[in-house]
Amino acid sequence: MNDPKKNLLYIGDVYKEYGQKLVLDNVDLSIREGELCTLVGPSGCGKSTLFRLILGEEQPTSGDILVDGRAAGFPDASRGIVYQKYSLYPNLTALDNVLLGKRLALWPWASYARREALRREGMAILERMHVQDHANNYPSALSGGQQQRVAIARALIMRPRILLMDEPFGALDPGAREYLQVFLLDLWQEMKMTILFVTHDLEEAVFLGTRVFILSQHYSDGRGATARRGSKIVFDQALPRALTTDVKRTAEFGELVSHIREDGFNPNHRRHVTEFNLRHQDSFQTLRDEELAK
Amino acid sequence: MEGLRMRRSPFLFGLHAKPRLRPVLGSLLFIVLISTYLWASNARLRENENDKFMPSLRQMAEVMYVLSYSPQELQDGETGVVAKAGRIFHGVMSSKFFGDAVASVRRISLGVGGAALVGLLIGLNAGIFPGFRAIMMPFLTTLSYVPPLAVLPILLIVFGVDEFSKVMLIFLGTVLVISCDIFYTTEKIPREQITTALTLGASSLQVAYRVILPQVMPRLLVLLTVCLGSAWLFLISAEMIAASEGLGYRIFLVQRQNKMSIIIPYILCMTFLAFLMTRLMHKVIAWKYPWYNDDKS
Ligand SMILES: Nc1ncnc2c1ncn2[C@@H]1O[C@H](COP(=O)(O)OP(=O)(O)OP(=O)(O)O)[C@@H](O)[C@H]1O
Ligand SMILES: [Mg+2]
Repeated sequence: MNDPKKNLLYIGDVYKEYGQKLVLDNVDLSIREGELCTLVGPSGCGKSTLFRLILGEEQPTSGDILVDGRAAGFPDASRGIVYQKYSLYPNLTALDNVLLGKRLALWPWASYARREALRREGMAILERMHVQDHANNYPSALSGGQQQRVAIARALIMRPRILLMDEPFGALDPGAREYLQVFLLDLWQEMKMTILFVTHDLEEAVFLGTRVFILSQHYSDGRGATARRGSKIVFDQALPRALTTDVKRTAEFGELVSHIREDGFNPNHRRHVTEFNLRHQDSFQTLRDEELAK
Repeated sequence: MEGLRMRRSPFLFGLHAKPRLRPVLGSLLFIVLISTYLWASNARLRENENDKFMPSLRQMAEVMYVLSYSPQELQDGETGVVAKAGRIFHGVMSSKFFGDAVASVRRISLGVGGAALVGLLIGLNAGIFPGFRAIMMPFLTTLSYVPPLAVLPILLIVFGVDEFSKVMLIFLGTVLVISCDIFYTTEKIPREQITTALTLGASSLQVAYRVILPQVMPRLLVLLTVCLGSAWLFLISAEMIAASEGLGYRIFLVQRQNKMSIIIPYILCMTFLAFLMTRLMHKVIAWKYPWYNDDKS
Protein backbone atom coordinates (compact mmCIF):
# COMPACT_ATOMS: atom_id res chain seq x y z
CA MET A 1 0.00 0.00 0.00
CA ASN A 2 1.34 3.44 -0.90
CA ASP A 3 1.71 6.36 1.47
CA PRO A 4 -1.38 8.59 1.16
CA LYS A 5 0.68 11.65 2.12
CA LYS A 6 2.69 11.29 -1.07
CA ASN A 7 -0.38 11.78 -3.25
CA LEU A 8 -1.30 15.09 -4.83
CA LEU A 9 -3.97 15.89 -2.26
CA TYR A 10 -3.94 14.57 1.28
CA ILE A 11 -6.58 15.27 3.89
CA GLY A 12 -6.04 13.58 7.24
CA ASP A 13 -8.05 13.70 10.48
CA VAL A 14 -9.76 16.90 9.40
CA TYR A 15 -12.42 18.38 11.68
CA LYS A 16 -14.33 21.56 10.97
CA GLU A 17 -16.67 23.22 13.46
CA TYR A 18 -18.77 26.34 13.14
CA GLY A 19 -19.50 27.31 16.73
CA GLN A 20 -21.27 24.31 18.23
CA LYS A 21 -21.99 22.74 14.85
CA LEU A 22 -19.58 20.02 13.78
CA VAL A 23 -19.58 19.83 9.99
CA LEU A 24 -16.58 17.67 9.07
CA ASP A 25 -15.83 14.86 11.48
CA ASN A 26 -12.45 13.15 11.10
CA VAL A 27 -12.37 13.23 7.32
CA ASP A 28 -9.62 11.23 5.59
CA LEU A 29 -9.02 11.53 1.89
CA SER A 30 -6.19 11.16 -0.55
CA ILE A 31 -6.22 11.76 -4.27
CA ARG A 32 -3.50 10.83 -6.72
CA GLU A 33 -2.54 12.84 -9.75
CA GLY A 34 -4.64 12.49 -12.87
CA GLU A 35 -7.87 11.28 -11.29
CA LEU A 36 -11.30 12.73 -11.88
CA CYS A 37 -12.95 12.31 -8.51
CA THR A 38 -16.59 13.07 -7.96
CA LEU A 39 -17.98 13.94 -4.55
CA VAL A 40 -21.64 13.57 -3.66
CA GLY A 41 -23.57 13.88 -0.43
CA PRO A 42 -26.81 15.15 1.09
CA SER A 43 -27.39 18.89 0.96
CA GLY A 44 -25.62 20.66 3.80
CA CYS A 45 -23.25 17.77 4.56
CA GLY A 46 -20.22 20.01 4.07
CA LYS A 47 -19.03 19.55 0.50
CA SER A 48 -18.52 23.26 -0.09
CA THR A 49 -16.96 23.54 3.36
CA LEU A 50 -14.43 20.86 2.39
CA PHE A 51 -13.66 22.85 -0.76
CA ARG A 52 -13.08 26.01 1.25
CA LEU A 53 -10.61 24.11 3.38
CA ILE A 54 -8.77 22.66 0.38
CA LEU A 55 -8.61 26.10 -1.22
CA GLY A 56 -7.28 27.58 2.02
CA GLU A 57 -10.12 30.06 2.25
CA GLU A 58 -10.78 28.71 5.74
CA GLN A 59 -8.62 26.65 8.07
CA PRO A 60 -9.69 23.31 9.57
CA THR A 61 -10.40 23.23 13.29
CA SER A 62 -7.84 20.46 13.41
CA GLY A 63 -6.17 18.08 10.99
CA ASP A 64 -3.85 18.34 8.00
CA ILE A 65 -4.45 19.30 4.42
CA LEU A 66 -1.50 18.88 2.08
CA VAL A 67 -1.33 19.80 -1.58
CA ASP A 68 1.72 18.30 -3.25
CA GLY A 69 3.15 17.52 0.17
CA ARG A 70 2.90 21.12 1.39
CA ALA A 71 0.36 22.61 3.81
CA ALA A 72 -2.60 24.09 1.96
CA GLY A 73 -2.05 27.63 3.35
CA PHE A 74 -4.00 30.39 1.63
CA PRO A 75 -5.67 30.31 -1.79
CA ASP A 76 -3.17 30.49 -4.63
CA ALA A 77 -2.68 29.44 -8.21
CA SER A 78 -1.91 25.81 -7.32
CA ARG A 79 -5.64 25.17 -6.90
CA GLY A 80 -8.25 26.27 -9.41
CA ILE A 81 -11.95 26.65 -8.71
CA VAL A 82 -15.10 26.71 -10.79
CA TYR A 83 -18.31 27.61 -8.96
CA GLN A 84 -21.91 27.16 -9.98
CA LYS A 85 -22.82 30.85 -9.69
CA TYR A 86 -21.10 34.24 -9.76
CA SER A 87 -18.42 32.56 -11.78
CA LEU A 88 -17.34 35.30 -14.12
CA TYR A 89 -16.41 38.92 -13.46
CA PRO A 90 -19.32 40.90 -14.93
CA ASN A 91 -17.07 43.84 -15.84
CA LEU A 92 -14.74 41.79 -18.05
CA THR A 93 -15.38 40.28 -21.45
CA ALA A 94 -15.02 36.54 -21.85
CA LEU A 95 -11.47 36.95 -23.14
CA ASP A 96 -10.50 39.38 -20.36
CA ASN A 97 -11.94 36.97 -17.79
CA VAL A 98 -9.80 34.16 -19.16
CA LEU A 99 -6.67 36.31 -19.26
CA LEU A 100 -7.12 37.96 -15.86
CA GLY A 101 -4.77 35.61 -14.01
CA LYS A 102 -2.02 35.89 -16.60
CA ARG A 103 -2.35 39.64 -16.76
CA LEU A 104 -2.17 40.05 -13.00
CA ALA A 105 1.29 38.53 -13.20
CA LEU A 106 2.32 40.98 -15.91
CA TRP A 107 4.32 44.11 -15.13
CA PRO A 108 2.79 47.36 -16.40
CA TRP A 109 5.75 47.85 -18.74
CA ALA A 110 5.38 44.40 -20.34
CA SER A 111 5.96 44.59 -24.08
CA TYR A 112 3.25 44.69 -26.68
CA ALA A 113 4.51 41.40 -28.11
CA ARG A 114 4.12 39.73 -24.73
CA ARG A 115 0.56 41.03 -24.37
CA GLU A 116 -0.28 39.96 -27.88
CA ALA A 117 1.06 36.46 -27.18
CA LEU A 118 -1.20 36.27 -24.13
CA ARG A 119 -4.17 37.36 -26.14
CA ARG A 120 -3.52 34.62 -28.66
CA GLU A 121 -3.19 32.07 -25.86
CA GLY A 122 -6.54 33.21 -24.49
CA MET A 123 -8.19 33.00 -27.88
CA ALA A 124 -6.77 29.52 -28.40
CA ILE A 125 -8.23 28.20 -25.18
CA LEU A 126 -11.59 29.88 -25.90
CA GLU A 127 -11.53 28.14 -29.26
CA ARG A 128 -10.86 24.84 -27.55
CA MET A 129 -13.95 25.58 -25.44
CA HIS A 130 -16.00 26.46 -28.53
CA VAL A 131 -16.77 29.97 -27.27
CA GLN A 132 -14.35 31.95 -29.44
CA ASP A 133 -17.28 33.80 -31.05
CA HIS A 134 -18.10 35.32 -27.69
CA ALA A 135 -14.57 36.40 -26.78
CA ASN A 136 -15.51 40.07 -26.71
CA ASN A 137 -18.92 39.68 -25.09
CA TYR A 138 -19.66 40.42 -21.47
CA PRO A 139 -20.85 37.48 -19.33
CA SER A 140 -24.42 38.79 -19.21
CA ALA A 141 -24.62 38.15 -22.96
CA LEU A 142 -23.54 34.50 -22.60
CA SER A 143 -25.75 31.48 -21.92
CA GLY A 144 -25.21 29.54 -18.70
CA GLY A 145 -23.29 26.80 -20.49
CA GLN A 146 -21.07 29.28 -22.30
CA GLN A 147 -20.35 31.09 -19.03
CA GLN A 148 -19.26 27.86 -17.39
CA ARG A 149 -17.00 27.01 -20.32
CA VAL A 150 -15.34 30.41 -19.99
CA ALA A 151 -14.97 29.84 -16.24
CA ILE A 152 -13.31 26.47 -16.90
CA ALA A 153 -11.00 28.09 -19.45
CA ARG A 154 -10.07 30.79 -16.95
CA ALA A 155 -9.10 28.15 -14.37
CA LEU A 156 -7.27 25.91 -16.85
CA ILE A 157 -5.08 28.63 -18.33
CA MET A 158 -3.36 28.89 -14.93
CA ARG A 159 -2.53 25.14 -15.07
CA PRO A 160 -3.53 24.43 -11.46
CA ARG A 161 -2.28 21.22 -9.81
CA ILE A 162 -5.86 20.36 -8.92
CA LEU A 163 -9.10 21.78 -10.27
CA LEU A 164 -12.02 21.99 -7.84
CA MET A 165 -15.50 22.20 -9.32
CA ASP A 166 -18.46 22.92 -7.02
CA GLU A 167 -21.63 21.88 -8.87
CA PRO A 168 -20.39 23.58 -12.04
CA PHE A 169 -23.24 22.27 -14.19
CA GLY A 170 -25.92 22.51 -11.51
CA ALA A 171 -27.77 25.42 -13.08
CA LEU A 172 -27.82 24.07 -16.64
CA ASP A 173 -30.62 22.39 -18.55
CA PRO A 174 -30.18 18.63 -19.21
CA GLY A 175 -29.01 19.10 -22.81
CA ALA A 176 -26.29 21.62 -22.01
CA ARG A 177 -25.31 19.59 -18.98
CA GLU A 178 -24.71 16.40 -20.93
CA TYR A 179 -22.82 18.30 -23.61
CA LEU A 180 -20.51 19.79 -20.99
CA GLN A 181 -20.02 16.43 -19.27
CA VAL A 182 -18.68 14.87 -22.46
CA PHE A 183 -16.70 18.03 -23.10
CA LEU A 184 -15.11 17.93 -19.64
CA LEU A 185 -14.14 14.29 -20.09
CA ASP A 186 -12.40 15.13 -23.37
CA LEU A 187 -10.54 18.00 -21.74
CA TRP A 188 -9.56 15.91 -18.78
CA GLN A 189 -8.11 13.22 -21.01
CA GLU A 190 -6.35 15.71 -23.23
CA MET A 191 -4.80 17.82 -20.46
CA LYS A 192 -4.17 15.08 -17.88
CA MET A 193 -5.72 17.14 -15.12
CA THR A 194 -6.61 16.24 -11.57
CA ILE A 195 -10.19 17.18 -10.84
CA LEU A 196 -12.38 17.07 -7.77
CA PHE A 197 -15.98 17.52 -8.84
CA VAL A 198 -18.98 18.09 -6.53
CA THR A 199 -22.44 17.38 -7.88
CA HIS A 200 -25.97 16.77 -6.67
CA ASP A 201 -26.66 14.54 -9.64
CA LEU A 202 -25.64 10.95 -8.85
CA GLU A 203 -25.74 9.92 -12.50
CA GLU A 204 -23.39 12.75 -13.34
CA ALA A 205 -21.08 11.59 -10.56
CA VAL A 206 -20.98 7.99 -11.75
CA PHE A 207 -20.71 8.94 -15.41
CA LEU A 208 -17.85 11.41 -15.02
CA GLY A 209 -15.73 9.97 -12.26
CA THR A 210 -12.84 7.58 -12.17
CA ARG A 211 -13.52 7.49 -8.48
CA VAL A 212 -16.56 8.50 -6.43
CA PHE A 213 -16.79 9.64 -2.80
CA ILE A 214 -19.81 10.10 -0.63
CA LEU A 215 -19.60 12.60 2.22
CA SER A 216 -22.48 11.96 4.58
CA GLN A 217 -23.69 12.38 8.14
CA HIS A 218 -25.87 9.27 7.91
CA TYR A 219 -23.78 6.61 9.67
CA SER A 220 -23.47 5.06 13.10
CA ASP A 221 -20.54 4.68 15.46
CA GLY A 222 -19.72 3.97 19.09
CA ARG A 223 -20.00 7.50 20.41
CA GLY A 224 -23.50 7.13 21.80
CA ALA A 225 -26.78 8.62 20.68
CA THR A 226 -26.26 12.12 22.06
CA ALA A 227 -22.75 12.78 20.74
CA ARG A 228 -22.11 15.58 18.23
CA ARG A 229 -21.47 14.11 14.81
CA GLY A 230 -20.36 15.54 11.53
CA SER A 231 -19.97 14.15 8.05
CA LYS A 232 -17.47 11.50 7.06
CA ILE A 233 -16.41 9.88 3.83
CA VAL A 234 -18.70 6.83 3.92
CA PHE A 235 -18.09 5.50 0.43
CA ASP A 236 -15.06 5.53 -1.84
CA GLN A 237 -14.81 3.35 -4.90
CA ALA A 238 -13.11 3.30 -8.28
CA LEU A 239 -15.37 3.54 -11.34
CA PRO A 240 -15.03 2.07 -14.81
CA ARG A 241 -14.11 4.56 -17.51
CA ALA A 242 -17.23 5.67 -19.37
CA LEU A 243 -16.81 5.92 -23.13
CA THR A 244 -20.14 7.29 -24.29
CA THR A 245 -23.25 8.68 -22.66
CA ASP A 246 -24.98 5.40 -23.54
CA VAL A 247 -23.59 3.79 -20.40
CA LYS A 248 -26.09 5.87 -18.44
CA ARG A 249 -28.79 3.51 -19.67
CA THR A 250 -27.08 0.23 -18.73
CA ALA A 251 -28.20 -1.93 -15.83
CA GLU A 252 -24.86 -1.78 -13.94
CA PHE A 253 -24.92 1.98 -14.11
CA GLY A 254 -28.40 2.18 -12.61
CA GLU A 255 -27.47 -0.33 -9.94
CA LEU A 256 -24.42 1.64 -8.86
CA VAL A 257 -26.45 4.85 -8.73
CA SER A 258 -29.12 3.32 -6.51
CA HIS A 259 -26.42 1.74 -4.37
CA ILE A 260 -24.84 5.15 -3.80
CA ARG A 261 -28.23 6.70 -3.07
CA GLU A 262 -28.87 4.04 -0.45
CA ASP A 263 -25.44 4.35 1.20
CA GLY A 264 -25.22 8.12 1.32
CA PHE A 265 -28.66 9.64 1.18
CA ASN A 266 -30.98 7.41 3.17
CA PRO A 267 -31.10 8.59 6.80
CA ASN A 268 -32.66 5.28 7.86
CA HIS A 269 -29.85 3.23 6.41
CA ARG A 270 -26.80 3.82 8.57
CA ARG A 271 -23.66 1.76 8.16
CA HIS A 272 -21.34 1.44 11.09
CA VAL A 273 -18.00 3.28 10.69
CA THR A 274 -16.15 -0.02 10.48
CA GLU A 275 -18.30 -1.24 7.61
CA PHE A 276 -18.01 1.66 5.16
CA ASN A 277 -17.45 0.77 1.55
CA LEU A 278 -13.95 2.23 1.14
CA ARG A 279 -12.64 -0.05 -1.55
CA HIS A 280 -10.51 2.39 -3.52
CA GLN A 281 -6.78 1.66 -3.37
CA ASP A 282 -5.98 5.16 -2.08
CA SER A 283 -8.66 5.08 0.55
CA PHE A 284 -7.67 5.19 4.21
CA GLN A 285 -9.46 5.70 7.48
CA THR A 286 -8.22 6.72 10.90
CA LEU A 287 -10.77 6.02 13.60
CA ARG A 288 -10.62 6.88 17.26
CA ASP A 289 -11.26 4.20 19.84
CA GLU A 290 -14.60 5.66 20.92
CA GLU A 291 -15.80 5.65 17.32
CA LEU A 292 -14.84 2.01 16.84
CA ALA A 293 -17.08 0.58 19.55
CA LYS A 294 -20.20 -1.19 18.32
CA MET B 1 -67.94 42.73 -31.30
CA GLU B 2 -64.93 41.07 -29.70
CA GLY B 3 -62.58 43.01 -31.97
CA LEU B 4 -64.15 46.29 -31.02
CA ARG B 5 -63.75 45.61 -27.37
CA MET B 6 -60.05 44.73 -27.75
CA ARG B 7 -59.40 48.03 -29.43
CA ARG B 8 -60.56 50.14 -26.56
CA SER B 9 -57.55 52.07 -25.43
CA PRO B 10 -56.43 50.98 -21.99
CA PHE B 11 -57.46 53.43 -19.33
CA LEU B 12 -55.41 54.69 -16.36
CA PHE B 13 -52.66 56.45 -18.28
CA GLY B 14 -52.15 53.50 -20.60
CA LEU B 15 -50.88 51.24 -17.84
CA HIS B 16 -50.26 48.29 -20.14
CA ALA B 17 -49.41 50.18 -23.29
CA LYS B 18 -46.42 52.34 -24.05
CA PRO B 19 -47.83 55.79 -24.71
CA ARG B 20 -47.05 56.62 -28.31
CA LEU B 21 -47.04 60.35 -27.68
CA ARG B 22 -44.30 60.23 -25.11
CA PRO B 23 -42.38 63.39 -26.09
CA VAL B 24 -45.61 65.33 -26.29
CA LEU B 25 -46.89 64.00 -22.98
CA GLY B 26 -43.53 64.66 -21.38
CA SER B 27 -43.49 68.33 -22.32
CA LEU B 28 -47.12 68.87 -21.34
CA LEU B 29 -46.48 70.02 -17.77
CA PHE B 30 -43.58 72.22 -18.82
CA ILE B 31 -45.80 73.98 -21.33
CA VAL B 32 -48.51 74.42 -18.70
CA LEU B 33 -46.07 75.87 -16.18
CA ILE B 34 -44.35 78.23 -18.59
CA SER B 35 -47.49 79.52 -20.22
CA THR B 36 -49.17 80.04 -16.86
CA TYR B 37 -46.19 82.05 -15.74
CA LEU B 38 -46.09 84.14 -18.91
CA TRP B 39 -49.81 84.80 -18.74
CA ALA B 40 -49.69 85.82 -15.08
CA SER B 41 -46.57 87.91 -15.56
CA ASN B 42 -48.16 89.69 -18.47
CA ALA B 43 -51.30 90.42 -16.50
CA ARG B 44 -49.40 91.79 -13.50
CA LEU B 45 -47.12 93.98 -15.62
CA ARG B 46 -50.08 95.46 -17.42
CA GLU B 47 -51.52 96.53 -14.09
CA ASN B 48 -48.23 97.94 -12.75
CA GLU B 49 -45.23 98.15 -15.01
CA ASN B 50 -42.81 98.47 -12.08
CA ASP B 51 -43.90 95.14 -10.64
CA LYS B 52 -40.81 93.10 -9.79
CA PHE B 53 -42.54 89.94 -8.73
CA MET B 54 -43.04 88.23 -12.09
CA PRO B 55 -40.64 89.71 -14.63
CA SER B 56 -41.22 89.09 -18.32
CA LEU B 57 -38.82 87.10 -20.45
CA ARG B 58 -37.58 90.35 -21.93
CA GLN B 59 -36.80 91.87 -18.55
CA MET B 60 -34.94 88.77 -17.45
CA ALA B 61 -32.95 88.74 -20.68
CA GLU B 62 -32.00 92.39 -20.26
CA VAL B 63 -30.82 91.95 -16.70
CA MET B 64 -28.94 88.79 -17.53
CA TYR B 65 -27.29 90.44 -20.50
CA VAL B 66 -25.86 93.13 -18.25
CA LEU B 67 -24.79 90.53 -15.68
CA SER B 68 -23.18 88.12 -18.09
CA TYR B 69 -21.39 90.49 -20.42
CA SER B 70 -19.20 93.41 -19.42
CA PRO B 71 -18.29 95.21 -22.68
CA GLN B 72 -14.57 95.62 -23.31
CA GLU B 73 -13.01 98.41 -25.31
CA LEU B 74 -10.84 97.40 -28.23
CA GLN B 75 -7.30 98.34 -27.38
CA ASP B 76 -5.08 100.51 -29.60
CA GLY B 77 -3.87 98.76 -32.69
CA GLU B 78 -6.38 95.90 -32.37
CA THR B 79 -8.51 95.37 -35.45
CA GLY B 80 -10.30 92.57 -37.19
CA VAL B 81 -12.80 89.87 -36.32
CA VAL B 82 -10.43 87.82 -34.17
CA ALA B 83 -9.63 90.68 -31.84
CA LYS B 84 -13.31 91.51 -31.60
CA ALA B 85 -14.23 87.93 -30.77
CA GLY B 86 -11.45 87.90 -28.21
CA ARG B 87 -12.86 90.99 -26.52
CA ILE B 88 -16.33 89.53 -26.45
CA PHE B 89 -14.97 86.33 -24.96
CA HIS B 90 -13.11 88.37 -22.40
CA GLY B 91 -16.26 90.32 -21.70
CA VAL B 92 -18.20 87.19 -20.90
CA MET B 93 -15.39 85.68 -18.86
CA SER B 94 -15.04 88.72 -16.65
CA SER B 95 -18.78 89.12 -16.09
CA LYS B 96 -20.44 88.66 -12.73
CA PHE B 97 -22.63 85.79 -13.86
CA PHE B 98 -19.74 83.83 -15.30
CA GLY B 99 -17.68 84.45 -12.18
CA ASP B 100 -20.55 83.24 -10.02
CA ALA B 101 -21.05 80.09 -12.08
CA VAL B 102 -17.35 79.24 -12.15
CA ALA B 103 -16.98 79.79 -8.40
CA SER B 104 -19.95 77.57 -7.61
CA VAL B 105 -19.05 74.79 -10.02
CA ARG B 106 -15.49 74.85 -8.73
CA ARG B 107 -16.62 74.48 -5.11
CA ILE B 108 -19.00 71.66 -5.98
CA SER B 109 -16.43 69.82 -8.08
CA LEU B 110 -13.73 70.08 -5.44
CA GLY B 111 -16.07 69.11 -2.60
CA VAL B 112 -17.83 66.24 -4.33
CA GLY B 113 -14.68 65.11 -6.16
CA GLY B 114 -12.73 64.94 -2.93
CA ALA B 115 -15.61 63.14 -1.24
CA ALA B 116 -15.74 60.63 -4.11
CA LEU B 117 -12.04 59.88 -3.86
CA VAL B 118 -11.97 59.54 -0.08
CA GLY B 119 -15.33 57.73 0.04
CA LEU B 120 -14.18 55.26 -2.58
CA LEU B 121 -10.98 54.43 -0.71
CA ILE B 122 -12.74 54.08 2.65
CA GLY B 123 -15.73 52.12 1.34
CA LEU B 124 -13.69 49.81 -0.86
CA ASN B 125 -11.12 48.90 1.76
CA ALA B 126 -13.72 48.55 4.50
CA GLY B 127 -15.74 46.28 2.22
CA ILE B 128 -12.79 44.01 1.47
CA PHE B 129 -10.58 44.00 4.56
CA PRO B 130 -12.35 42.98 7.80
CA GLY B 131 -9.77 44.70 9.99
CA PHE B 132 -10.24 48.04 8.29
CA ARG B 133 -14.01 47.56 8.40
CA ALA B 134 -13.89 46.98 12.17
CA ILE B 135 -12.04 50.27 12.61
CA MET B 136 -14.01 52.46 10.20
CA MET B 137 -17.63 51.40 10.06
CA PRO B 138 -18.79 52.08 13.66
CA PHE B 139 -17.16 55.51 13.49
CA LEU B 140 -18.64 56.40 10.09
CA THR B 141 -22.10 55.12 10.95
CA THR B 142 -22.15 57.28 14.07
CA LEU B 143 -20.81 60.31 12.22
CA SER B 144 -23.49 59.98 9.58
CA TYR B 145 -26.10 60.96 12.20
CA VAL B 146 -24.50 64.39 12.62
CA PRO B 147 -26.43 66.95 10.54
CA PRO B 148 -23.72 68.44 8.27
CA LEU B 149 -25.25 71.90 8.14
CA ALA B 150 -25.02 72.19 11.92
CA VAL B 151 -21.28 71.75 11.57
CA LEU B 152 -20.99 74.78 9.29
CA PRO B 153 -20.37 77.29 12.12
CA ILE B 154 -17.52 75.14 13.38
CA LEU B 155 -16.04 75.04 9.89
CA LEU B 156 -16.30 78.79 9.62
CA ILE B 157 -14.63 79.30 12.98
CA VAL B 158 -11.87 76.78 12.32
CA PHE B 159 -11.13 77.32 8.65
CA GLY B 160 -12.24 80.93 8.28
CA VAL B 161 -14.78 82.29 5.84
CA ASP B 162 -12.85 81.64 2.63
CA GLU B 163 -13.10 78.90 0.00
CA PHE B 164 -11.87 76.06 2.12
CA SER B 165 -14.76 75.93 4.55
CA LYS B 166 -17.32 75.89 1.73
CA VAL B 167 -15.58 73.04 -0.06
CA MET B 168 -15.20 71.32 3.29
CA LEU B 169 -18.92 71.54 4.01
CA ILE B 170 -19.77 69.95 0.67
CA PHE B 171 -17.10 67.32 1.27
CA LEU B 172 -18.34 66.46 4.75
CA GLY B 173 -21.95 66.46 3.63
CA THR B 174 -21.38 63.87 0.91
CA VAL B 175 -18.38 61.78 1.93
CA LEU B 176 -20.25 59.65 4.47
CA VAL B 177 -23.04 58.77 2.08
CA ILE B 178 -20.49 57.78 -0.56
CA SER B 179 -18.33 55.77 1.86
CA CYS B 180 -21.26 53.81 3.21
CA ASP B 181 -22.79 53.14 -0.19
CA ILE B 182 -19.48 52.00 -1.69
CA PHE B 183 -18.98 49.84 1.38
CA TYR B 184 -22.31 48.07 0.86
CA THR B 185 -21.69 47.77 -2.88
CA THR B 186 -18.31 46.19 -2.23
CA GLU B 187 -19.63 43.91 0.46
CA LYS B 188 -22.35 42.64 -1.86
CA ILE B 189 -19.79 41.37 -4.36
CA PRO B 190 -19.88 37.59 -3.94
CA ARG B 191 -17.05 36.18 -1.90
CA GLU B 192 -16.52 33.59 -4.63
CA GLN B 193 -15.13 36.34 -6.83
CA ILE B 194 -12.43 37.15 -4.31
CA THR B 195 -11.49 33.51 -3.81
CA THR B 196 -11.39 33.02 -7.57
CA ALA B 197 -9.08 36.01 -7.95
CA LEU B 198 -6.75 34.55 -5.33
CA THR B 199 -6.66 31.22 -7.18
CA LEU B 200 -5.72 33.18 -10.28
CA GLY B 201 -2.65 34.38 -8.41
CA ALA B 202 -3.86 37.83 -7.29
CA SER B 203 -2.37 39.51 -4.22
CA SER B 204 -4.62 41.26 -1.68
CA LEU B 205 -3.90 44.63 -3.25
CA GLN B 206 -4.64 43.29 -6.71
CA VAL B 207 -7.94 41.89 -5.46
CA ALA B 208 -8.87 45.32 -4.13
CA TYR B 209 -7.66 47.52 -6.96
CA ARG B 210 -7.80 45.35 -10.07
CA VAL B 211 -10.73 43.05 -9.41
CA ILE B 212 -13.13 44.88 -7.08
CA LEU B 213 -12.41 48.54 -7.82
CA PRO B 214 -13.39 48.38 -11.53
CA GLN B 215 -16.67 46.81 -10.47
CA VAL B 216 -17.64 49.62 -8.07
CA MET B 217 -16.51 52.51 -10.31
CA PRO B 218 -19.82 52.89 -12.16
CA ARG B 219 -21.68 52.84 -8.86
CA LEU B 220 -19.43 55.69 -7.73
CA LEU B 221 -20.44 57.71 -10.77
CA VAL B 222 -24.12 57.06 -10.06
CA LEU B 223 -23.52 58.16 -6.46
CA LEU B 224 -22.01 61.40 -7.70
CA THR B 225 -25.23 62.25 -9.50
CA VAL B 226 -27.24 61.29 -6.43
CA CYS B 227 -25.08 63.46 -4.17
CA LEU B 228 -25.27 66.42 -6.49
CA GLY B 229 -28.62 67.45 -5.01
CA SER B 230 -27.36 67.67 -1.45
CA ALA B 231 -24.10 69.20 -2.69
CA TRP B 232 -26.05 72.15 -4.15
CA LEU B 233 -27.92 72.47 -0.89
CA PHE B 234 -24.69 72.71 1.10
CA LEU B 235 -23.14 75.02 -1.46
CA ILE B 236 -26.00 77.49 -1.39
CA SER B 237 -26.15 77.46 2.41
CA ALA B 238 -22.43 78.13 2.65
CA GLU B 239 -22.56 80.85 0.02
CA MET B 240 -25.50 82.49 1.75
CA ILE B 241 -23.52 82.91 4.93
CA ALA B 242 -20.09 83.86 3.72
CA ALA B 243 -19.02 84.52 0.15
CA SER B 244 -18.23 87.27 -2.31
CA GLU B 245 -19.30 85.42 -5.42
CA GLY B 246 -21.25 82.30 -6.38
CA LEU B 247 -24.67 81.48 -7.73
CA GLY B 248 -26.14 81.01 -4.25
CA TYR B 249 -24.48 84.16 -2.97
CA ARG B 250 -25.98 86.27 -5.79
CA ILE B 251 -29.48 84.95 -5.24
CA PHE B 252 -29.42 85.91 -1.61
CA LEU B 253 -27.79 89.23 -2.29
CA VAL B 254 -30.58 90.33 -4.62
CA GLN B 255 -33.34 88.71 -2.60
CA ARG B 256 -33.54 91.81 -0.38
CA GLN B 257 -34.38 93.88 -3.43
CA ASN B 258 -36.96 91.35 -4.64
CA LYS B 259 -35.07 91.04 -7.91
CA MET B 260 -36.92 88.09 -9.36
CA SER B 261 -35.44 88.93 -12.75
CA ILE B 262 -32.09 87.70 -11.45
CA ILE B 263 -33.26 84.95 -9.13
CA ILE B 264 -35.27 83.05 -11.74
CA PRO B 265 -32.52 82.89 -14.39
CA TYR B 266 -30.02 81.87 -11.72
CA ILE B 267 -32.26 79.03 -10.58
CA LEU B 268 -32.70 77.96 -14.18
CA CYS B 269 -28.94 78.04 -14.55
CA MET B 270 -28.38 75.86 -11.50
CA THR B 271 -31.04 73.44 -12.71
CA PHE B 272 -29.36 73.28 -16.07
CA LEU B 273 -25.94 72.70 -14.53
CA ALA B 274 -27.26 69.87 -12.37
CA PHE B 275 -28.99 68.38 -15.39
CA LEU B 276 -25.82 68.66 -17.44
CA MET B 277 -23.65 67.01 -14.80
CA THR B 278 -26.12 64.14 -14.42
CA ARG B 279 -26.35 63.59 -18.16
CA LEU B 280 -22.60 63.71 -18.48
CA MET B 281 -22.20 61.10 -15.75
CA HIS B 282 -24.69 58.77 -17.42
CA LYS B 283 -22.93 59.19 -20.72
CA VAL B 284 -19.61 58.32 -19.11
CA ILE B 285 -21.14 55.23 -17.51
CA ALA B 286 -22.65 54.06 -20.78
CA TRP B 287 -19.37 54.66 -22.56
CA LYS B 288 -16.83 53.33 -20.05
CA TYR B 289 -18.91 50.70 -18.29
CA PRO B 290 -21.24 49.17 -20.88
CA TRP B 291 -21.66 46.04 -18.76
CA TYR B 292 -23.17 48.00 -15.86
CA ASN B 293 -26.87 47.75 -15.22
CA ASP B 294 -28.01 50.04 -12.52
CA ASP B 295 -30.54 48.24 -10.37
CA LYS B 296 -30.42 50.76 -7.55
CA SER B 297 -31.58 54.38 -7.61
N1 LIG C 1 -19.73 30.22 7.97
C1 LIG C 1 -20.55 29.31 8.49
N2 LIG C 1 -21.03 29.48 9.74
C2 LIG C 1 -21.84 28.57 10.30
N3 LIG C 1 -22.26 27.45 9.69
C3 LIG C 1 -21.83 27.22 8.42
C4 LIG C 1 -20.96 28.14 7.77
N4 LIG C 1 -20.70 27.65 6.56
C5 LIG C 1 -21.37 26.49 6.46
N5 LIG C 1 -22.05 26.22 7.57
C6 LIG C 1 -22.87 25.05 7.83
O1 LIG C 1 -22.11 23.93 7.43
C7 LIG C 1 -22.93 22.97 6.82
C8 LIG C 1 -22.32 22.55 5.50
O2 LIG C 1 -22.43 23.59 4.55
P1 LIG C 1 -21.92 23.42 3.06
O3 LIG C 1 -22.22 24.63 2.34
O4 LIG C 1 -20.51 22.95 3.10
O5 LIG C 1 -22.83 22.22 2.57
P2 LIG C 1 -22.87 21.55 1.13
O6 LIG C 1 -22.62 20.12 1.32
O7 LIG C 1 -22.00 22.28 0.19
O8 LIG C 1 -24.39 21.76 0.76
P3 LIG C 1 -25.02 21.93 -0.68
O9 LIG C 1 -25.04 20.57 -1.28
O10 LIG C 1 -26.40 22.41 -0.37
O11 LIG C 1 -24.18 22.90 -1.44
C9 LIG C 1 -24.31 23.57 6.68
O12 LIG C 1 -25.14 23.00 7.66
C10 LIG C 1 -24.10 25.03 6.97
O13 LIG C 1 -25.20 25.52 7.68
MG1 LIG D 1 -22.32 23.42 -1.57
